[in-house]
Amino acid sequence: MAPKWPGFTGGWTLPAITEGKVLRRWGIQLVMALPLALLGWRWAMVLGGADPRLSNLTAEPVDYTINFLGLWALRSLWLTLAITPLRQLTGWSWLAPWRRPLGLWAFAYGVLHLLVYFELDQGGEIDLLLIDVAKHNFILLGMSALLLILPLALTSTHKLIKRLGGKRWQNLHRLIYPAAILASIHFVLRVKGFQWEPWLYAGLLAALLGLRGYRKLSR
Amino acid sequence: MNRPRAKNSHRRPLGCNQNVLGNEPADDAHRQKEPPVLIRITDPAHATEAEATDEALYLNRRSVLTGMALAGLLPTAACAQEKGPTLPRLAARRTRNLNETLTSYDSVTHYNNFYEFGTGKEDPARNAGRLRTRPWTLRIDGLVNKPQTIDIDRLRRLFPLEERVYRMRCVEAWSMVIPWVGYPLGPLLKLADPLGKAKYVAFETLNDPAQMPGQRSRVLKWPYVEGLRLDEALHPLTMIAVGLYGSILPNQNGAPLRLVVPWKYGFKGIKSITRIRLTDRMPPTSWNRSAPGEYGFYANVNPAVDHPRWSQASERRIGEFRKRKTLPFNGYGAEVAGLYRGLDLARNY
Repeated sequence: MAPKWPGFTGGWTLPAITEGKVLRRWGIQLVMALPLALLGWRWAMVLGGADPRLSNLTAEPVDYTINFLGLWALRSLWLTLAITPLRQLTGWSWLAPWRRPLGLWAFAYGVLHLLVYFELDQGGEIDLLLIDVAKHNFILLGMSALLLILPLALTSTHKLIKRLGGKRWQNLHRLIYPAAILASIHFVLRVKGFQWEPWLYAGLLAALLGLRGYRKLSR
Repeated sequence: MNRPRAKNSHRRPLGCNQNVLGNEPADDAHRQKEPPVLIRITDPAHATEAEATDEALYLNRRSVLTGMALAGLLPTAACAQEKGPTLPRLAARRTRNLNETLTSYDSVTHYNNFYEFGTGKEDPARNAGRLRTRPWTLRIDGLVNKPQTIDIDRLRRLFPLEERVYRMRCVEAWSMVIPWVGYPLGPLLKLADPLGKAKYVAFETLNDPAQMPGQRSRVLKWPYVEGLRLDEALHPLTMIAVGLYGSILPNQNGAPLRLVVPWKYGFKGIKSITRIRLTDRMPPTSWNRSAPGEYGFYANVNPAVDHPRWSQASERRIGEFRKRKTLPFNGYGAEVAGLYRGLDLARNY
């Protein structure tokens, strides 16, 4: 009997591996888990007594970690949004099953980003967190982006897609667009002075959303 | 010499990367042509790691560790935590102490905001090697009777050097404790004999993209400029630093001379100063020009006035995971609050 892995519909057979199905389905999980594994390894060294800077976490590992997790949340979200236009441009239909894991990784990195900020920046005090959200638009934007993708993460199973119905599910999942826009502004506000990196992400997002708009209009 | 050891003495531990002056220092940024001020010799009684271990074993272990470090899986150098300054020493008398743990020399010199060398915290340590700090002159002019151009060698000897341990609070809500070497700014300004109508002091950093690659980016308008009210500049806490941790300033910390105003956010401490000008008008300051709603002229450390994007009520001391409360005027209120009597500090942030 071929062993079944969760989320893996085909059997664990040699043809499946040679056809690249296994690699395609699990490769994306592996790639997205790598940054987290690297971060975890560096923290393990620091907690084991190594110097944070020499463990590649800079002399201020907390700030580095919050930025790192936020950036990977953003990257995963952008990749999620890139699947559909990329599939349409290239005809690579095998990209389609990557959309859900990428979206879930965006949510996972976003939640970790929030948790580290909450625990180490706001001292784990919920009232301090709420004050920070209320007083600073920069924080409010990031928090809203994460809250917007929360229902998407919760309704990502086959069962819930069926229960909601394709149309309703799709409408709900359009929340990814405002979430990405808010996250992009959050990143622009993060840096001091004029720096190109957040604007590069904003530009990419504009392109990804623009492609969708163009397709819709030209249909 | 049997001086009692200070509580937070920063004498380098023996046996770890002790460069004898004249040898090339390990860090690129430290490659300065400086005359040796004091010769430091490795203690011959203390065997190095290489001497104590069988050579083949030592070399083999070395290559394995290097391989892992290159793969980003291990700390990059075994000894760096204990690494102290390798730059020429400065003879200074400690005049101000602080009962708080010093931030390590490694952190002070590898976690910097010095956008002339890049916006990343570790960029300055990487990129500041091209800065030539000798020859260097400081120009003092504007509303003064005796405009001056002072060479850096003379500048270091103008007044007795003091070592002062100050807190440094960055506007980004992190902080350090640093033993600066320098002297108060006041006597230096008085050398130029300011006119009675001089009310402000304007400072300017070197402007040379060939030496400061970050100046090719438009992250800020160059050169970096800062300013103080004259009474702030004359306050005895305000100092011109030419060194830290008993040695001359590393490039990434603002060599060869920088401003240190301990009750203000770190960005007021302009680095690599080439010009000081006395003026009757409030001079423009770089971060205020860049984002006037976020950074004011005064920039006094104030836990009650938030940055528009984050709270200033607490800060993370480099080397600690949890935050601590930020003190008004960074803990120097007893000495400086009087400067701002009658001034609305929420509006004049």
